[in-house]
Amino acid sequence: MIGRLLEGVPRRGLVVLAALLVLLAVFPLFASGYLLAVGFLILYFAYVGQAWNVMMGFAGQLSLGHSLYVGLGAYAAAALYVHFGLSPWIGLGAAIGISVLAGAAIGFLAFRFGVAGVYFAILTIAFAEFARIGFDHFAWVRGSSGLFLPVANYTENDLWNLRGSPTMFYYLMLAMTVGAFVLCHALLRSRMGYYWLAIRESPEAAEALGVNVFRYKMYAVVISAAMTSLAGVVFAFYYNNLFPEQIFHISRSIELILGPIIGGIGTLVGPIVGAFLLTGLAEGLRELMLQLGIDVPGVKQVFYGLCLLMVIMFLPDGVWPPLAKKLGLHR
Amino acid sequence: MSRLELSGVSKSFRGLKAVSGASFDVTPGGIHALIGPNGAGKTTIFNVIAGVYAPDEGAVRFDGRAIHGLRPDQVCAAGIGRTFQVMKPFAGLSVIENVVVGALQREKDVPAAKRFAAVIVERLGLGPKSGLPASSLTLPDRKRLEVARALATRPKLLLLDEVMAGLRPTECDQIVAVFRELNRAEGLTILLIEHVMRAVMALAQHIVVLHHGEVIARGAPDVVVRDPAVLESYLGEETEV
Repeated sequence: MIGRLLEGVPRRGLVVLAALLVLLAVFPLFASGYLLAVGFLILYFAYVGQAWNVMMGFAGQLSLGHSLYVGLGAYAAAALYVHFGLSPWIGLGAAIGISVLAGAAIGFLAFRFGVAGVYFAILTIAFAEFARIGFDHFAWVRGSSGLFLPVANYTENDLWNLRGSPTMFYYLMLAMTVGAFVLCHALLRSRMGYYWLAIRESPEAAEALGVNVFRYKMYAVVISAAMTSLAGVVFAFYYNNLFPEQIFHISRSIELILGPIIGGIGTLVGPIVGAFLLTGLAEGLRELMLQLGIDVPGVKQVFYGLCLLMVIMFLPDGVWPPLAKKLGLHR
Repeated sequence: MSRLELSGVSKSFRGLKAVSGASFDVTPGGIHALIGPNGAGKTTIFNVIAGVYAPDEGAVRFDGRAIHGLRPDQVCAAGIGRTFQVMKPFAGLSVIENVVVGALQREKDVPAAKRFAAVIVERLGLGPKSGLPASSLTLPDRKRLEVARALATRPKLLLLDEVMAGLRPTECDQIVAVFRELNRAEGLTILLIEHVMRAVMALAQHIVVLHHGEVIARGAPDVVVRDPAVLESYLGEETEV
């Protein structure tokens, strides 16, 4: 199994990957609280970027509403914890179930009735907006006044209830990022992976070669939604407060897709590289401005915009593919 | 029993009758050609057979089983492979990956599909280009790739939509030899749309001529090309001056 997973991966790539993993694993031993928070955020974006990439990068279906799955996951687990004291890992079952249903509904509506391309993207935005407005009036989860998780000073890490130190959350997020990477790697080499790429490149030709296009597009949406909702669960228990206006907001959906776009859509490493570059540099910039005593609101957004502009102009395939070539890591 | 049988197939697009009452059949192990002037409805017939369109009227039978109304992937699973006139390579994938997608139709897993795809790629003379992205291929190679992908699904009937067009005579002869060999060695039944008469005459045992969506002649090649109705459809009516 492991042998098959590693088959065809360049040796240098494995060495770099292992080194990076060790670096990330020891990072909390040296990092300050602030750096640890930045580290968490980078890993969070690497993870959700990977999840989004399954839909867009592999199967070619553009979602601009992935905040929907983050939000549904976050609210499902948080509400079950607040109301019934259920562990977020039990809540995760509900989170995934609801997200998968939502994704399947969007996918069914779109793919059954031939809504594709830009129109599909608009549909995904619409559903995220429905949720944002709907949850604003959803009293069981406190509507627009927000849902708060009980917070205390934790001396012990309780992984079962996801109550604990930032270090615990950092390692959890790291494990998830690694897991998502391995999962996507395996998916890409499976029958499903080949079918997804075929659909992305030409749905007509894929169909003619025996691919059930509807079914495999549905798989992509559902898998991506399920992965994303797990990030939502962790997000909820990390930040301890949820507001529909924030979590379902379209800016969150956009933020989530910038990493893979900048890193390289459709590549396995792209979302990770993109998250590092974007979040790392944006936080660095913020810190620099702070040190210089310049306080400009919205500087992060302007920075994101600039990054996107540069990548689209000079590296339309993203940062990773040319970088991989330089490092001799491409296949 | 015929491998493929069309009976009274009609298909219109917003009132424009692209195919009207077309009937013909293809015998197992045969090579049949579908010819006719531009706009005669040849590609529409292919698309009806392949499941892209359901016919408005009529039936399509494959080995006796009605296949009209099936989706393209179901038609492929039934055993019909096709190429596209306007080629649709998976541009971002390598040559071998393109063919693996087709091979997965019958192979049980990815490694088996890769092995079978390699055989097909070699057979079509794409071996040295196996690892290159499909987008980098020249026109003749893209045509070969179309054929390779379709063949990888192990069809019983192969629909070829103008795979010779734009090829040089030597390239054309090469690919004709491949089809002959497939037909002879494996009994592959072929239905081809072609304008290149050199290829049609070299390959086809039977020709169906289509004009304005209707079958106007069918039979052995040397008979069909002398048919006055066929000559008229291609060259226009003879008029006294």
